Amino acid sequence: MGMMLEARNLSIGHGKTLVGRGLTLSVAPGEVLCLLGPNGCGKTTLFRTLMGLLPPLAGQVFLGDRPISTRTRAEIARRIAYVPQAHAPPFPFEALEVVLMGRTARLGAFGQPGRTDRATALDAMDHLGIADLAGRNYAQLSGGQRQLVLIARALAQEAPLIVMDEPTASLDFGNQAQVLSRIAALVSGAVEDGRSVVLSTHDPDQAFALDARVVLMHRGGILAQGAASDILDGPRLSAVYDMPITVETTTSGRRVCLPAVS
Amino acid sequence: MIRPALPLLLALALVLMAFGAVMVGPFGLSPGDVLRTLVGQGDPQATIVIWNIRLPRVAAALLVGAALAAAGASYQALFRNPLVSPDILGVSAGAGLGAVAGIFLSLPVAAIQASAFVGGMAAVGVVTLVAAAVRGADRTLTLVLVGVVIGALAGAATSLLKVLADPYDQLPAITFWLLGSLASVTSADILPALPAVLVGLVPLALLRWRINVLSMGDEEARALGVEAGRTRFLVIAAATLVTASVTALAGVVGWVGLVIPHVARMLVGPGFGRLLPVSALIGAGYLLAVDTLARTIAPVEVPLGILTAVIGAPFFVVLLSRGRRGWA
Repeated sequence: MGMMLEARNLSIGHGKTLVGRGLTLSVAPGEVLCLLGPNGCGKTTLFRTLMGLLPPLAGQVFLGDRPISTRTRAEIARRIAYVPQAHAPPFPFEALEVVLMGRTARLGAFGQPGRTDRATALDAMDHLGIADLAGRNYAQLSGGQRQLVLIARALAQEAPLIVMDEPTASLDFGNQAQVLSRIAALVSGAVEDGRSVVLSTHDPDQAFALDARVVLMHRGGILAQGAASDILDGPRLSAVYDMPITVETTTSGRRVCLPAVS
Repeated sequence: MIRPALPLLLALALVLMAFGAVMVGPFGLSPGDVLRTLVGQGDPQATIVIWNIRLPRVAAALLVGAALAAAGASYQALFRNPLVSPDILGVSAGAGLGAVAGIFLSLPVAAIQASAFVGGMAAVGVVTLVAAAVRGADRTLTLVLVGVVIGALAGAATSLLKVLADPYDQLPAITFWLLGSLASVTSADILPALPAVLVGLVPLALLRWRINVLSMGDEEARALGVEAGRTRFLVIAAATLVTASVTALAGVVGWVGLVIPHVARMLVGPGFGRLLPVSALIGAGYLLAVDTLARTIAPVEVPLGILTAVIGAPFFVVLLSRGRRGWA
């Protein structure tokens, strides 16, 4: 089957600043891909390039059978839904209004979301167990709740590919675990209907928890890619994070990464 | 909720206010006088006062207030900042320069208005061109900063013309224009401004959902399927057309576009589909009240800009101290 999203020998960066080069990767339907690397390794720049928000310095991104640069924003938005890191907007929108914004690419230029759009948005919130937040002020929700609202917005977008930029980065320990478990449930459900999820993280434990295929990034390049259990081992992680790390298996069978603390 | 009823209530209140404003003035009129005149059966004196003086002035106040508040609401959503006013991109400074140049050259009134309009549009045009040429940085921030720069330049040119102007004849006219006033407004002045304001409001109303999405930030709006650059350009062009048209008519009237959208947002929330009409209605009522004060509280006309500042500034301080949102 054809690839959903494909990057060929990509060089990424802003203007004259080169952030990464030689990046080749692809996302197949029904796949969970985890972009793993330390902060500052170019994950966010790569994401923005993959979504056509930033032009590549060299190489090309293909969305379906066409270069992403030849597609309109609405076309892209119907195929890729983006979940940014939770943020506070300047105005007090209701959570449901924020989720409804996911319907924009399906409306005409002058369109307004209608009854079916509201139903889709409420369904998406219900799916994530946050239907009770619909009428709440988005700006006053907790970080974890906001992140879930943004994920619901991506679901309401009904795109076959969902891209999440460090979805747990700004959350506290409890919220991280909660959001991650919802993402895991979502991912297994989405993958069953042939949707794909790409997410970035600096936490290798999350790649194990999601049982994802991993693209391991290091200094703007790809160090390795493959199943988490195959490529994430002590030596590679130690090289990427520049400190001794071991991978151990707990008694329940989960793999966890342990930095050596001296 | 009574949400749908609110615009209706506001519109009703506006009609009553307008009726009241037509009654008050140095030549007092009873409700009966006004009604008789409106159906064409008033005495000749009342007919002249109402049709030639009061009604044009009331209509102008409604138009200017509605336009400035609507443009302010648009700019605030677009720049994701509740502290933005419609002249953020230099439209007032440009219109001021245009009008002052017209007064300096002793042009007729219509030409001064046209010159103010062209000045306002040109200033924003230059700002968007310069901002587009500056590459790399955050686009919205670049626009605002270039707006400050061009506004300052236009302000300097205006000051130069004030120094050169005839201090007995031109300078008072310039000062009065820069403070805003509807004192000499006639139906002939309103006629060109009205269609321009309507033409500007149409795209703002049509794009109401996309303006919501844009207020989440450029990158997110693009990821949600909005051609952010094009949409922002259209909104800026429309809001500038609206602002420049009424600035040409009334001079520089500050604070309305900054404060009124806040009040509207408190009433109906930030959703632009509700915010735009409610802002326009409240803005119209507010400026009608202020203009009626301006022509009745003192034996001489008080410039509008002075009153809107005296009322707007303390009000805004209260808003700031109550809200917790600052610069986005």
